[in-house]
Amino acid sequence: MFIQESIMHLFHGEDRDRQKSRLSPSPDDRELHNPKTRIVLTENTMIQIQLPQKEIAGVPLRNHLLLAAGILGTTGASLKRMLSLGAGGVVTKSIGPVPIPGHHGPALVPIDGGLINAMGLPNPSKDFITEISPLAGEPVIVSIFGGTPQEFGEVASWFPDALAFELNLSCPHAEGYGAAIGVNPRIVRECTEIVKTYNKPVWVKLTPNVTDIKGIGKAAEEGGADALVAINTVKAMRISTGARRPVLGNTFGGLSGKAIFPIAVRSIYDLYDTVNIPIIGCGGVSTADNVLEMMMAGASAVEIGSAVYDSINVFSEIARELYAEDGIPAEEIVGCAHV
Amino acid sequence: MSEMPKIVTITIVLDETPTVKTFVFDELFNFKPGQFCMVWVPGVDEIPMAFSAANSITVMKVGDATEALFALKAGDKIGIRGPFGNGFSASGKVLAIAGGVGVTPLFTLAANGEVDTFILGARTKTELIFADELAKVSDLKIATDDGSFGFHGFVTGIMDQLDIESYDTICVCGPEMMMKGILDRLTVKGIEARGQFSLQRYMKCAVGICGSCCMDNDGKRVCRDGPVFTGDLITSGEFAHYHRGASGRKE
Repeated sequence: MFIQESIMHLFHGEDRDRQKSRLSPSPDDRELHNPKTRIVLTENTMIQIQLPQKEIAGVPLRNHLLLAAGILGTTGASLKRMLSLGAGGVVTKSIGPVPIPGHHGPALVPIDGGLINAMGLPNPSKDFITEISPLAGEPVIVSIFGGTPQEFGEVASWFPDALAFELNLSCPHAEGYGAAIGVNPRIVRECTEIVKTYNKPVWVKLTPNVTDIKGIGKAAEEGGADALVAINTVKAMRISTGARRPVLGNTFGGLSGKAIFPIAVRSIYDLYDTVNIPIIGCGGVSTADNVLEMMMAGASAVEIGSAVYDSINVFSEIARELYAEDGIPAEEIVGCAHV
Repeated sequence: MSEMPKIVTITIVLDETPTVKTFVFDELFNFKPGQFCMVWVPGVDEIPMAFSAANSITVMKVGDATEALFALKAGDKIGIRGPFGNGFSASGKVLAIAGGVGVTPLFTLAANGEVDTFILGARTKTELIFADELAKVSDLKIATDDGSFGFHGFVTGIMDQLDIESYDTICVCGPEMMMKGILDRLTVKGIEARGQFSLQRYMKCAVGICGSCCMDNDGKRVCRDGPVFTGDLITSGEFAHYHRGASGRKE
């Protein structure tokens, strides 16, 4: 137990600057201690990586773990809280050309293996400028959406201080927005081009609800995207058998959480073979091993959303396991599963 | 774990006041006083609501969803998700102060025998809720804005007549300006941390994910970190100043 506790302490996120060597004791050393601790030591042989040494996709992230769009991202205060709780960067709620109240409820229901939601892109539109102005200089990526490339450009013009933009071309449950236009490679390319004129990194978030995600990713790359974010939620629905009707106010919604992790991994794997820009993995990440797996598929960093449902401390919890001062550079494993 | 809404059948609808009804249903929920549920009116919307008992909610007609709820009768079905949030944590000598339909969560606390003194306020006599029941389980003091029953004035007027410092826990629910008046009085005496305030904000997910109920300045989620907050956590920030609507715009 003594070894276990001391190791836990060593890798506690808040004590990172005091981290020392993570060298495992030799087998002989292990024998000196309670055999029960061997299990713990074995778990700690998981690959550990270093914190980012340079910008990722044009953004100076504090670690490889970003808060995904749509999670606790409507107010400046909640974004700031998530940064203080260990997120290496935060993506805001998607901001659009006009304020939207969102779909009627139920707008989100936890189900086995994930969450199903149809929020309906609620957002304060231009009022969001004052929400995030106190966060200037922090690793905040502003998620934006519009119904046309011109609307994307208009919304982007409101945030001259943004470090980067993430284009929501992938929300599966908003008429005329998100995936409704994000399945069209030409529109994806045009939206990317117009936002790119603001000379900031542009990340394009893709929908998995297409026959071939590679074509959409390629279109974003051709439009000048600095990174792809894969994936948004998977179109889904549930029916309340007791009420004999769809449970979501919008009938259809998007599935997120552990259930879609394999879909995200496959999408990232496909895209990594297709494009030459970084990929930010998103979809069901809830453990440090999930982060490694997405990196091996081709992700340079990951976004985490639904796992916040289980713990608001998920970022520091994952970081504690993922990082070590003498870990390997993340670049060594990004895409390494392409054998 | 799946948390699909539980579909319940309404068994009784009670008129509490001209604008408040209690809906009793056929399922029991294991809740702690101050916790809330999401009430789904199929085809209309889903709204946060306090339990008034293990098998009932007490609702004031304030918008489209509550209006639709008011049209329902015994035999109709609604969905319930929850209970959610943290609830009250009352210890020692307990004072409860309620205004209007804010009495609901505090009524459940008193029904558990956890309240010594209860100050109940309403605009007028006909809008007093649960007064008869509360008189049986606590030392009940009533205030009405128009003086039609009890003390003529606000609940804070009665509060000023009590030795507030003799109470270990002061549980509060009601209009935000009423709660502000109470918080100010506790702050003057340096006992704001003894106050437990049940807050209300626009909610969508109710499980701490979407962020629509986050409060300034520290981003606390009313649905998951609350809805009950001690007074020291809300003395600065948006409490009693503003809130955000469905789109996230400040109102």
